[in-house]
Amino acid sequence: MTSLPLVIELTILVLAAFLGFEVISKVPTMLHTPLMSGANFIHGIVIVGAIIVLGNAEDTFTQIVGFVAMVLATANVVGGWFVTDRMLGMFKRRPEPKKDESP
Amino acid sequence: MISDPDVVGLLYLVTITCFVIALKFLSSPKHARKGNWVGGAGMLVAIGTTLLLEGIGNWPLIVIGGLIGAVVGVVGARNVRMTAMPQMVAIFNGVGGGAAALVALAEWHTETGPAWDSTTSIVLSALIGSISFAGSIIAFAKLQELLSGRPIVFPGQNVVNILVLLAATGLGIAAIAGVHEQWVLWALVALALLFGVMFVLPIGGADMPVVISLLNAFTGIAASATGFVLDSTVLIVSGMLVGAAGTLLTLLMAKAMNRSIANVLFGAFGQVQTGAGAARADDGRTVRATTADDVAVQLSFARKVIVVPGYGMAVAQAQHDVRQLADILEGRGVDVRYAIHPVAGRMPGHMNVLLAEANVPYTQLSEMDEINPEFAQTDVALVIGANDVTNPAARSDPGSPIYGMPILDVDKAASIIVLKRSMNPGFAGIDNELYLDPKTTMLFGDAKESILKLISAVKST
Repeated sequence: MTSLPLVIELTILVLAAFLGFEVISKVPTMLHTPLMSGANFIHGIVIVGAIIVLGNAEDTFTQIVGFVAMVLATANVVGGWFVTDRMLGMFKRRPEPKKDESP
Repeated sequence: MISDPDVVGLLYLVTITCFVIALKFLSSPKHARKGNWVGGAGMLVAIGTTLLLEGIGNWPLIVIGGLIGAVVGVVGARNVRMTAMPQMVAIFNGVGGGAAALVALAEWHTETGPAWDSTTSIVLSALIGSISFAGSIIAFAKLQELLSGRPIVFPGQNVVNILVLLAATGLGIAAIAGVHEQWVLWALVALALLFGVMFVLPIGGADMPVVISLLNAFTGIAASATGFVLDSTVLIVSGMLVGAAGTLLTLLMAKAMNRSIANVLFGAFGQVQTGAGAARADDGRTVRATTADDVAVQLSFARKVIVVPGYGMAVAQAQHDVRQLADILEGRGVDVRYAIHPVAGRMPGHMNVLLAEANVPYTQLSEMDEINPEFAQTDVALVIGANDVTNPAARSDPGSPIYGMPILDVDKAASIIVLKRSMNPGFAGIDNELYLDPKTTMLFGDAKESILKLISAVKST
């Protein structure tokens, strides 16, 4: 990994915070639950950390810790994505079966 | 094998871009799902890049860990019921926070004499990740009703909590100052876990939307701190995006309940309120009960009906039947709309998902500000399992605990029908004056059964 100066990293952090606020304030109330589960999915990015730790682990302790982190992070990524997809699939303009049901 | 740091950085930039696009697409339900796919692609790029980094080994462990996590994730996501979505989100917050804390622990173990800035990130990642992990487990237990949804309080609670947090912070400062002993971070994690448990315990079920949003923010910030530990921009940015999302939702939820975040966290709201509200029932006005047949006639001859769904409807699993009732009424030319309060349900936007699951088109769902002026032209407001969000005391009674909370102006409708299990007060433990309004009639019983009765009564009208 490249090591960036701390000040640069902090600058990135602050800009990301403003970007996040800007983008997320445009999300309608209706989609706040998918937003939360989508955000859930995105913080699953700690999987990158888990892979780096586990992939470089040399002693048993680090391997165990890294392994548990790997399991948790993958569950986070996969579960977060699927549940968001499932939810967003439910939002429809007009339900298709409606006309068939009411004669 | 990717060894050029610039290539690695560029690939991670692709991921960041995908995540931002995914969030941007969430601005409309039309293309939100596509956005999630873009986000998914971004995540795959990040995972692939990381796996190809130089020096990555322990492949069997990575593959097995990944498979276990993936299976757990898919099974959980497929089977969760939409009413249980808050629990699901709480659990994912928890595992994300836990993973961040574990990465910090591993780094603390591996690095010999890290610099102060690296130690600071390790401390923050471990601290916030652990709080989020433990807090989310308690939030999950409360939402799943493994623990009482009522606040669990004891004398001196806030003082104990602050002492625990101070002790954890003290250990963190010691670590940053150069005490590089393994036990320091372990003790810090233990204290942070304890704090996570203690700070969620006293928070009542009605305040869960705020807590879940806050824990979401915590996990994002913990992931971001992990990014500083590993010098990874993709973690820093993605974590902070989530941190911003969580913070924004926390503020919105608190505003929708007209309470400060401090009051939610330390106020132990939801304890049984006694006094003013209860006494008022004696002023001569009484609650009027009605029958399904009467309600059916009212609904059938209405021009405009606004349905006000609350958590009670979701608990009774009545949303599908409500939609069926609405369809029949619409078939007879009645204009049917749904009014959604921002804190209806147990997490932000929960009610919209429940109704979407029942195939209610999202064009029929209206937010509070949009629908409130329409109540005055509405013939019937049908309140199903909602309570505090319809209580006019929030507008008129400065002594009420919910005074100042924005509510749905249900009482402006020509007539109000309330479907309710019994006269028990809502989650906030406050009597609702709406029920004593001369325009209000009550249909007692389980929401699902009542709706089914209404459907058959409307059909025969």
